[in-house]
Amino acid sequence: MSSSIEALVNKEYAYGFVTDVESDTIPVGLTEDTVRLISAKKNEPQWLLDWRLKAFRRWQSMTEPHWSNVSYPPIDYQAQTYYSAPKSVKPLQSLADVDPELLKTYEKLGISLTEQKRLNGIAVDAIFDSVSVGTTMKTELEKVGVIFCSFGEAVQHHPELVQKYLGSVVPYSDNFFAALNSAVFSDGSFVYVPKGVKCPLELSTYFRINAANTGQFERTLIVADEGASVSYLEGCTAPKRDENQLHAAVVEIIALDRSSVKYSTVQNWYAGDKNGVGGIYNFVTKRGKAMTDAKISWTQVETGSAITWKYPSVILQGDNSVGEFYSVAVVNGMQQADTGTKMIHIGRNTKSTIISKGISAGKGQNSYRGQVKVLPKAEGARNYTQCDSMLIGNACGAHTFPYIEIANNTATLEHEASTSKIGEDQIFYCKARGLNAEHAISLIVAGFCKEVFKELPMEFALEAQQLLGISLEGSVG
Amino acid sequence: MLTITNLHASAGSKEILKGISLTVKAGEVHAIMGPNGSGKSTLAQVIAGHPGYDVTSGSIEYEGQDLLELDAEERAQQGVFLAFQYPVEIPGVTNAYFLRAAYNEIRKAHGEEEADPIEFLDIMEEKLKLVEMDASMMQRSVNAGFSGGEKKRNEILQMAVLAPKLAVLDETDSGLDIDALRIVAEGVNKLKRPTNATIVVTHYQRLLNYIIPDHVHVLAGGKIVKSGGKELAHELEAKGYDWLLEPAGV
Repeated sequence: MSSSIEALVNKEYAYGFVTDVESDTIPVGLTEDTVRLISAKKNEPQWLLDWRLKAFRRWQSMTEPHWSNVSYPPIDYQAQTYYSAPKSVKPLQSLADVDPELLKTYEKLGISLTEQKRLNGIAVDAIFDSVSVGTTMKTELEKVGVIFCSFGEAVQHHPELVQKYLGSVVPYSDNFFAALNSAVFSDGSFVYVPKGVKCPLELSTYFRINAANTGQFERTLIVADEGASVSYLEGCTAPKRDENQLHAAVVEIIALDRSSVKYSTVQNWYAGDKNGVGGIYNFVTKRGKAMTDAKISWTQVETGSAITWKYPSVILQGDNSVGEFYSVAVVNGMQQADTGTKMIHIGRNTKSTIISKGISAGKGQNSYRGQVKVLPKAEGARNYTQCDSMLIGNACGAHTFPYIEIANNTATLEHEASTSKIGEDQIFYCKARGLNAEHAISLIVAGFCKEVFKELPMEFALEAQQLLGISLEGSVG
Repeated sequence: MLTITNLHASAGSKEILKGISLTVKAGEVHAIMGPNGSGKSTLAQVIAGHPGYDVTSGSIEYEGQDLLELDAEERAQQGVFLAFQYPVEIPGVTNAYFLRAAYNEIRKAHGEEEADPIEFLDIMEEKLKLVEMDASMMQRSVNAGFSGGEKKRNEILQMAVLAPKLAVLDETDSGLDIDALRIVAEGVNKLKRPTNATIVVTHYQRLLNYIIPDHVHVLAGGKIVKSGGKELAHELEAKGYDWLLEPAGV
């Protein structure tokens, strides 16, 4: 009676289909030979193979971290496949060469790789399993000198840029998952925006895991040269499968003096079913380094994955640099998320803002974990942290782990936190005005997330809001 | 318009309404009065479809249909409106957005086209005047940080926009100063039509100086213990409720 907050059946995950393409998949297991094989398949220079091998050897000496507030059965790293590529992908001259099955897949996902995206002013790079299947709008970008291509292409055509910046923010030794990624990463996106150029288009990468038992280890590297600016968005989906799949990505951002990089993520990997069977294990390292007067802004909407382990961070290296982290993380069913950020203040008058909105429904467990660190020379550093949790129902959990380390007494830090519950009274109020329960929930949640959504590029704000509605559909009866 | 017959309702194991019968015709204003805890607000909530109450027996017929068969949102779409005693805050959702969503749900239910934000702006402008509210209120989050008076005016604004057939005002006068009371009451009076009806739930007689009821009912112990015309309200003001309670066995 009074508890209309009861789980109904969850809406089906709309992106759970499998594409039937022939794949070039290497045998399961991970040894030095696997690393060599991946590097050879990608026709990489010796220095990159050497770097991968160093990472691999380092990884072998590391143990999987277990400090986060998530639990899962042990991962057998030897039972995974570390490289899978649709067979038809030969060196692509144009999108016309892309396998129509793949194009159809992206159409189904609402990602058009064909020309109509031109109207929206968005350039798209699509990564299917381990490789990029196509990048749109290249010529428009080349006119202003912006390089936007798959990581593999960047290694072939711009090796000096890749060599200079790869691992400069997230070294291969950084952590267990970053080391694994460094050893076996297959593809990803590469962006370089030259001095003083404002990238005229939104750049977007779309990641799709298709093959079974295959890990996806993409690596993204974004370099904004002095005075440049760029806005980048990534989206992620995967088929429904009963096995858990591993996703361990690394994203590095280098924002040189006076540049600005905005990185937005809408993560909707398959979350597993309501009993916790299947779903993606999402272990991701994302970090940016902001030089003098530069700004890096992370915005993430995390609705998918069985497990999310992710802390997009900013090293505020240069004076007056700015770091921002805006996050909405939703867990429903049996999902677990441990996500947050690190803001490392090194330069003077550096400023960081953290706005985190966690929504927990079903039996989901949602943790915010954040670190604000002010080093001795960071005179006048400022941080504002706001960390809000919303609970839907009685079986979910919200947890907050803020860490603050200050070594300079001129720093100013503010921390606000709140926990609220979507109340029967709010839902009834909406219903008494003619809105059904699901409309009410999506409205209340959208209101809760407003500060984050307004940071998303317009085009994606609506998508994110709808996604949120879908993720929570059925969480209230 | 509304026929309530021998209505019994409980919250958990506690019976609150113990046999209410009431008939409201189009064009009428009914006042439900009574001491605290008599079941006035429960009656209002049951009419609106609050899930916290179980109707154990009796019926409510509204416009020829069984109201109890409808979900709360369907009742609202069919023209039943409850002005809340304690309007609920929805942070981050603007008043304008919320009200347009509600307006469009009701239009959709009637097979009409939804109003876009620009059309809706025109509709709002006129209604805001009715409750003497500034347009800036529309950009604030629903009821969040509103004063008591602003919340109640906001309820009447919603009522003006949604144009219900049956409006139930639950203690709309509580917590209002005399100016706000006047504004709210005038709003209600201006919205009165021969085709709609209003039920005013109140503890005090003072609201009824502004909204003149056609019928006054005294609710006590979950039953209507006395009904009369508007003069009954004045009698209650002078004599209190006690003289009615004892003979009724409450």
